[in-house]
Order: sequence, then structure tokens, then C-alpha cells
Amino acid sequence: METKELTCIGCPMGCQITVEMENGSVVSVKGNSCKIGNNYARREVVSPMRIVTSSVAVLPHENATPEETGVYPRVSVKTASDVPKSKIMDVMDEIKRTYAAAPVRIGDVIIHNVAGTGVDVVATKDYFVN
Amino acid sequence: MNSYDIVIVGGGPAGLAAAAAARDAGCEHILILERDSELGGILNQCIHNGFGLHTFKQELTGPEYAARFVEQVKARGIEYKLNTMVLDIAADRTVTAMNRSDGMMKISAKAVILAMGCRERPRGALNIPGFRPAGIFSAGTAQRLVNIEGYMPGKRVVILGSGDIGLIMARRMTLEGAKVLCVAELMPYSGGLKRNIVQCLNDYDIPLLLSHTVVDIKGKERVEGVTIAQVDAHNKPIPGTEKYYECDTLMLSTGLIPENELSRSAGIEINPVTSGPFVAEDFETSIPGIFACGNVLHVHDLVDYVSEEAGRAGQAAAAFVAGQLQCGSPDDLVHVIAKGGVRYTVPTTIDVERMPEKLIVRFRVSNVYKEHYINVYIGDTRIIHQKKRIMAPGEMEQAILRKAQMQEYKDIKKVIIAVEPE
Repeated sequence: METKELTCIGCPMGCQITVEMENGSVVSVKGNSCKIGNNYARREVVSPMRIVTSSVAVLPHENATPEETGVYPRVSVKTASDVPKSKIMDVMDEIKRTYAAAPVRIGDVIIHNVAGTGVDVVATKDYFVN
Repeated sequence: MNSYDIVIVGGGPAGLAAAAAARDAGCEHILILERDSELGGILNQCIHNGFGLHTFKQELTGPEYAARFVEQVKARGIEYKLNTMVLDIAADRTVTAMNRSDGMMKISAKAVILAMGCRERPRGALNIPGFRPAGIFSAGTAQRLVNIEGYMPGKRVVILGSGDIGLIMARRMTLEGAKVLCVAELMPYSGGLKRNIVQCLNDYDIPLLLSHTVVDIKGKERVEGVTIAQVDAHNKPIPGTEKYYECDTLMLSTGLIPENELSRSAGIEINPVTSGPFVAEDFETSIPGIFACGNVLHVHDLVDYVSEEAGRAGQAAAAFVAGQLQCGSPDDLVHVIAKGGVRYTVPTTIDVERMPEKLIVRFRVSNVYKEHYINVYIGDTRIIHQKKRIMAPGEMEQAILRKAQMQEYKDIKKVIIAVEPE
């Protein structure tokens, strides 16, 4: 029997929840004071997922290289849906190596299938060259 | 002199929502003045998600939330000027502003909406001993450097204050490759959301030191390290608990203060508790025709509430311009009194004839209260008795007053809102 300790994020109460697990499945959830805590804990211990947000530099056009164009402004990005918590740093490594080419529109795909998660990284802001 | 029906000072979430609502209420000539080079305000640097759950029923990032309101403003053809600094607002609603293309201009407005937002509390207000080396940033400044300008403020970071921006920046710096040693919080509880403590600190094993503060900053040219000590019940450092952290960066997330220099010089009365203007139920300040909304009024926990309040301020300003905002005698105003654990309320006065059917009064509590009640009294009669499992200073609370109920009481002078054990 394995136990995991969690803080519920459902509300400011922040209940300390203890989850008992056996062979990767949940045996009991204790310490929560409502249904939200129970649901949160069951999801969180089995497969914690997170949206990753960051920003990438924007090059003025598709064929520009970072070297020839110097420092350009940035556009904010996010994973289009949540990714496994264990993959966050892999996702960030790929985002850091990425440049977007102007123009960029909200929702444009900046990276396909980031870090093999099956999830795209998309722009969360417009960026146009005047 | 240019003239407009409504001039809105600030093009962040409050200014944008106020503009769209004022136009929808029939006001034609509206001008937004924004000092930054784009609309959207601070949301542009808040690239994390979690915005808009109430308004749009989905989790947006800050720039996405801002974009929805920028679209509303553009779709309505509302005029705005960027890179424009407002220098003065006179009590007669003449707004003095300047930018590079127009130079200095005076604009006369039938109504003014204040939507300037807030500013971070700086190091100078914290009385931390030590030199003034490079490497001390407010968390919001660091957020702008990393997210918008693409610079890393440092590699080994200590954060003082556990407000949401500090927590968000602890995660952001970690994702960008910095080592965040700890977050120190003077109070015995965090001012940030539970969700942020779990997803920004616990996820990355960053310790949160409650009842701790920075007592010394080492370094003359650049920060070399900070000393953190535990504090007692009176927030005094306890000798012998000092611990030295070697770091190159100290970030401060120690509170936000509404930015009311313009309001003060206009002669608007400021509430010393919120540092924002006193307003009536329609967000009108002590000067007729000048309204306030968003974080310049009181610091909000969620942008959704900013948008909602700003929309009501915009409608009220449009009604004022149309001459439909009937002003009762000041003697007939009902004062909203904050008592017990309630630090302040917005609004502080209510004109019962003018109030909507349901009026949301927002407030913050002064401590963490478990299993307490929100009680609202008119005279000796308790009209609202609502149990809350928990209330914390970091989150806004609300009470909803009903017009029909208020009208039942003749000659009421005040409504009392209190947090009580029963």
C-alpha cells in the first residue's frame, strides 16, 4: 500500500488529502471535505496534467534567421490542452528553441506535437509587422 | 479643445469593458487614453492561464482574455490613443494628456472614467536594510522582462511575498531555467490562491516559508545573497532564526496599490483602506461625472470581477452623459459600514432609488476566517445571514443587496456588513 499527500486546489480551504493506492489504483481518499476534493485527488494521483504557458521570439518573416535579424519581440504561447506534468520540462526545452515567423495570429500552431505529447503549442496573442 | 462624451483613462481590462458597455448603453463619442503601445494593460504580460472562468466559462491566458475585449472595442469603432500619458484631470472634467504626434492636448469630457489600474509596492516601502544593488525586482517588472521583452533577470532567485504574481513568477523563472530557492511570506498565511501554491510551488518543490521575512540584503553592485528570518506574532524577526541564501536576484511580491495620483490632484476623496476613490453604487466618485473601476478602485483577485464592475461603471457614465442619472439629496444616501472582520466595502454609499434590483457589494476580510458568517444589518435587523466555510484576505467576498428589501425600510441611514462567528 502506497500513500500520497495532496493539497486540494478546489477552493481556499486547501484540504490536506491523503490518498491510499495499491497497484496504481486508488483505494481510499481521506481528508477532503467535499466532492471536489475527492475528484481532484483521484485525477491528480493517477495522471497529473498541466497547461504549459511561455513565450517565443518572433522573426519578421518566414526566411529570417535569428542571427541576421537580432532580437525581436515575443509572442505568448500555450499548450492547446494539458500535458502530463512529467513532460513539462521537455515541452519547455522545445519552446525555448523555437522562433515564430510573423505575422502570428491567436490560435496559430507554433509547434506541432510538442515533445511527443500529441499536443500543439499555439499562440495566445496576435503579432503583426507594421 | 476636443470634446468627447466620455474619456476613459487607461486601456486595460477595466477601461475596455467600460468603453464597450458605455457604447452599448447608447453613448457615441468615447475616447480611451492608454500610455502603453498596445491595449490590454497588465493582461499582456500575464501569459499564464486561468482567466475568464466566470465571464467566458473557459480558462484563457491573460493576452487571450484581453484580446476578447480589444475586439469588442474595435468592433464598436471606439476611438483610442496609444502611447498617450494623461497628466491631469480637472474637477470640471477637462483632461490634459500628451503624446508624440498630438503634443499636449486638452480634452473636455462630459464624463470621465478612471481605469488606471495599480502599481506594485516597491522595496522602498518595505524597510529592508542593506545597499541598493542591482538584482532587486518587483515580481511584475520581472514578469514583463521575461514574458514580453525576453530577458532573464537572474539565475538564483529568492522571492519575498506570496501574492499571486510572486507565485506565478516562481514557476516562470523555474521553467526558464533559474533556481528559485524559496518564497518567504511575512504573514502566517499566503496571500495567493491555493491553486497557485500547488501548481507553481509544490509542483517544482519550491519551499514556502510562512512567517518569514528578508532581514538583510548582501551585495553592493549586484545582489549576492539575502538573510531570511522567522518572525513572531508581531512580525518582529526572532533572533537566532536567521538563514543566509546565496542568490543573485530578489523578487518582491508584496502587494498592489491603486494608482491614484490623478484622482487625488482632481480632488477626489480617497478611501485610506483601499487607496482607491470612495464610490457610490454606480461607481461615481466624490466628483459628479467622474467614475472609477478596476484596480484603481480596489485591487481585485479575479479579472472577471473587474470586467463586470467596469461594465456597470460604463453604463452609469453613459446615463450621466444622457442626463438620466438622477442624483438624490446627499442626506438620502445610505452608508455601507464595514465592521468586524470586513476591511472595506465597494461601494461605500447607496442611493436606494437609483440602485439596480440586485446590487453586488464587494469586500475583503482582514484575516482567515473558518466557519464564519457574512451578516448584513439594517438597524437591528439582520437581512443577510450567510455561512462561509472559509474566507481569506487574498480573495474578494460579496453580499447581494436587494432593492425591494432596502425600500421596505424607511429613513435608513446605514447598512452594516460584518463577518461574525454566528
